[in-house]
Order: sequence, then C-alpha cells, then structure tokens
Amino acid sequence: MLERIAATAITVFARLVTGVRTNWLGCRPEPVQRIYFANHSSHGDFVLIWTSLPQALRTVTRPVAGADYWQQSAARRFIGERVFRAVAIPRGGGAQQAQDLMCAALDGGASLIVFPEGTRNTTEETLLPFRSGLYWLAKARPDVECVPVWIANISRVLPKGEFLPIPLLCTLTFGAPMKVGAEEDKSAFIDRARTALLALSRPDHD
Amino acid sequence: MTTQEHTLALFAGILGLLVIASAVGGVLAWRSGGNSPTIANLNARIKAWWVMVALIAVAFVFGKTGVIVLFGLSSFLALREFLTLTRTRRGDHIAIAGAFFIVLPAQYILIGIDWYGLYSIFIPVYAFLVMPIVAALRGDTQNFLARIAEVQWGLMVSVFCVSHVPALMTLDIPGYEGRQLLLIAFLVLVVQSSDVLQYVWGKLFGRHKIAPLLSPSKTVEGFVGGVLSASALGAALWWITPFSPVHAFGIALLITLMGFFGGLVMSAIKRDLNVKDWGHMIEGHGGMLDRLDSVIFAAPIFFHVVRFWWTP
Repeated sequence: MLERIAATAITVFARLVTGVRTNWLGCRPEPVQRIYFANHSSHGDFVLIWTSLPQALRTVTRPVAGADYWQQSAARRFIGERVFRAVAIPRGGGAQQAQDLMCAALDGGASLIVFPEGTRNTTEETLLPFRSGLYWLAKARPDVECVPVWIANISRVLPKGEFLPIPLLCTLTFGAPMKVGAEEDKSAFIDRARTALLALSRPDHD
Repeated sequence: MTTQEHTLALFAGILGLLVIASAVGGVLAWRSGGNSPTIANLNARIKAWWVMVALIAVAFVFGKTGVIVLFGLSSFLALREFLTLTRTRRGDHIAIAGAFFIVLPAQYILIGIDWYGLYSIFIPVYAFLVMPIVAALRGDTQNFLARIAEVQWGLMVSVFCVSHVPALMTLDIPGYEGRQLLLIAFLVLVVQSSDVLQYVWGKLFGRHKIAPLLSPSKTVEGFVGGVLSASALGAALWWITPFSPVHAFGIALLITLMGFFGGLVMSAIKRDLNVKDWGHMIEGHGGMLDRLDSVIFAAPIFFHVVRFWWTP
C-alpha cells in the first residue's frame, strides 16, 4: 500500500517538474522482457524512464544502481528496495558479481534499466564511452531485447551542484530493440549500441 | 442587456459554432472512413477548441482571480516550452529559476493588485537588468550575449505579452464598468478566429505563398480573406465592447494584423531552433506557444490602444 502511494507520488512529481514526453520511436511499450540502456546525467534518470513506462511494465522493470547509493538513508532504502525494487550492486564486488545479480533479476522475469556509461556524465560530452557490462549481460541472456533510451534535457533541469530544479521539458526517446549477433564481438556490439543511442539524441527524428 | 446576458449570449454563440464544427468534423471523418490525416487533424483541433473554451468559461466564472490564474499558468507552460528549446548553459540556472519562480508570479500579482506603473515596466526594466547580473556572477562567458537575449525574449513573449490579456481587466473605461472580461473575450475571439479563418481561406482559395521561407502554408488569399473576415467578426461583436462598430472593425484589423505578423516571427524562431512545433501539449495544436503566438503579439498593442483612447 505504502509502496503504491510512494510510486504514484514519485511519478506525479516527475511529470509535474519535467512534463516528460515519451517518444516510442523504434518499439512499442509491450510486455516483453527488455534491458533498457540509457544515457546517464542525473539522479532523476531512472525515475524518468520508470515514469514513462505504462503501469503494467513499470512493476516488472527494475533499475540497476550502486548499493551504496540506496543505503544512505532510511527513505532511500525504502524507495530503492520497496518502490523501485532496484538491483543493488555492491561497490568493489567485481564485474562477475554484478553480472550474476543482473542475470538473477532477468531470470526472475524482470526487465532492467542500466546506464552503460557506468557513471553520471557531468562533462560537456554528449555521451561517455560505454563499459562492457551491457555486452556480457546481453550475451549471457541472448533472448532479452536491448532497447536504447535517450533522455534529453534532464541535466538542465537539475545540473550537478544545484539544489533547485527548473521546470524544463524532458523527452525520452525509445529506439529499436537490438540483440548481440552470433558472430559479434565485444567492441563491435558496444560500438553498435552506443551509436544507436547517440542517433536518438539528435532532435531531427521528430 | 446586462453584462451577464452579454456573456451568456456570447458563450451560447460559441457553443453553437463548436457543436456545428464537431458535427461537420464527425460527418467528414465518417465519410472518409478515418483515413484522412487532414480530417483527423481538423477533429483534433476542434476537440482542443472545446477544451480551450471550457477553460476560459471556468476562468470567467471565477472572475478576475480565475482569469489571472488561467493566463499565469499559460505563461508558465509557454515559458517552459520556450526555454526548453533555447541553448542555455549551467551558468543560467539561477537566472532561469528566477524567471520561473519570481518574475512570472510577481508579474501576475502586480496585475492582480492593479499596479500599472510597475507591471508595465517590471520585466523590460528590472528583470532584464537583474537577470544578466545573476548570470554574469556565475562567470561563464561563452555565448553570454546570446544566452541572455534568449532568456529575455522568452520572458517577453511568454510572460510580459501574455500578461497583458488579464491586464485588460484593470482598465477603467467610463460607462463600461464591470464588463472588462468581455474585452478579453473580444481579443481572444477575434485573434483566434483570424487564425482559423486564414487556414480555411487558404485551404479553399490559397494560390500565392506569402512567406515561403517562414511559413510555407500561409498564402496571400488566406491572409487577406482571414484578416478581413475576422475584422468583420470584430465589427459584428461591437455590442460587447466600448467601441462603435467602425472602431471595432479598425481595432480588430489592427490586432489580426499583429497576430499574423506574430505568427511569422514565432515561425522564424522555430526555424532557427530547428523545430516544427513549440511543444506537444495539445493534440493537433502543438504546444501552448503554437496556440498563443498571435495573441502574444496582439495583446499589448490592444491593451495600449484601449488604454490610450478609451480611458480618461
């Protein structure tokens, strides 16, 4: 009950502040298992993806984030564990442990939200280089679709170091699903995924 | 007739037109089997008109406060669309927060307390001087002039100009006491129907493009037919205004011309920013600014013409 109320409050707040608009460009919001991978420039990123999914998909979609982030206060712990049901990755646990945790979540039927840049992008670059985790995950669970999601403007709503969000409009663009090819190696897939995400960042696809 | 009867007669007329428009749209959609994008767009526009008329009616029921809240919210949505598309940087964060949370509410409060001496210069003097100071203190000089100018112009069109619609309620016109809401109805009806009539005349008789680089769908025939027929509508509405029929025609002509050129200016900005619509708020209409662009340019001029010639 409390979880439902908190979830509604968070999505309503996110909609009010960012007026988030969702652009399903390369796929529809269908109940298939997916790994949504997105650019990461703000703490609000996964809240926006989560908000823009229909209720039925939202309940089975879990963000992946560092465990330390969720353990900083009781409120965060509640929101992380009970509302978002985040897949918490312990710091310093190694790539294998992270992969195991994410695979376990996928095997439990969940879809995931991941940020392949690995850290928040606070630079002037559009998109940082990807880490390789997305490749290993997609390779380990080849039936799951990887869907690129470009999040526009959220870094302007609340830039790093500011405390007051400004109510600019954010747009989420969902691209076409992709999978690892049979012969595809790590750098080829990572390149392809990053290019697909960058292609969504250009405003002329509207 | 009393003011209330005037208002009711006016809304009854608008409702009648909307019912006819919806019926025509329904028949067209039924005959086309739902395959025509033009007809689907027409029906989306008619639906949005219902919503707009309903919102204005509710605001009128709540009187002065209702109208100030309605246009204050419209300003907020318009400013948000405008600033979303501008090329601001982190150094503008505090200045933009000030525009949303201080300047915008202050402008509407000043209109609410009828402080003409301040609300007519608050944005172009005080906001325009203080905001660059706030941004300069952040020390980021890259594109400084362009960034400042874009935020200022955003405030000008989205807040300053729009706020002159509710400001009409503060005008004290002898013999017209308590009826200023009808001036708002006159302005909005004439300017918005000019948009619709230009579209209709253009679709029916449009041959010669009037501004091919800015707005390829606008034609000379649409412009002339739309502006003249909307001005005739303005003359026919003289009974809700303090003007004579001839004056009503002249003023309607002036505000429809301002509305037309306002639409061109806003199109030029959209082209510069590489977008087709300002936003996606209203199905079939784009964003708030796409709907308001003509009112934005007409409102301050209308306000000052009425203030200069009809108030003591």
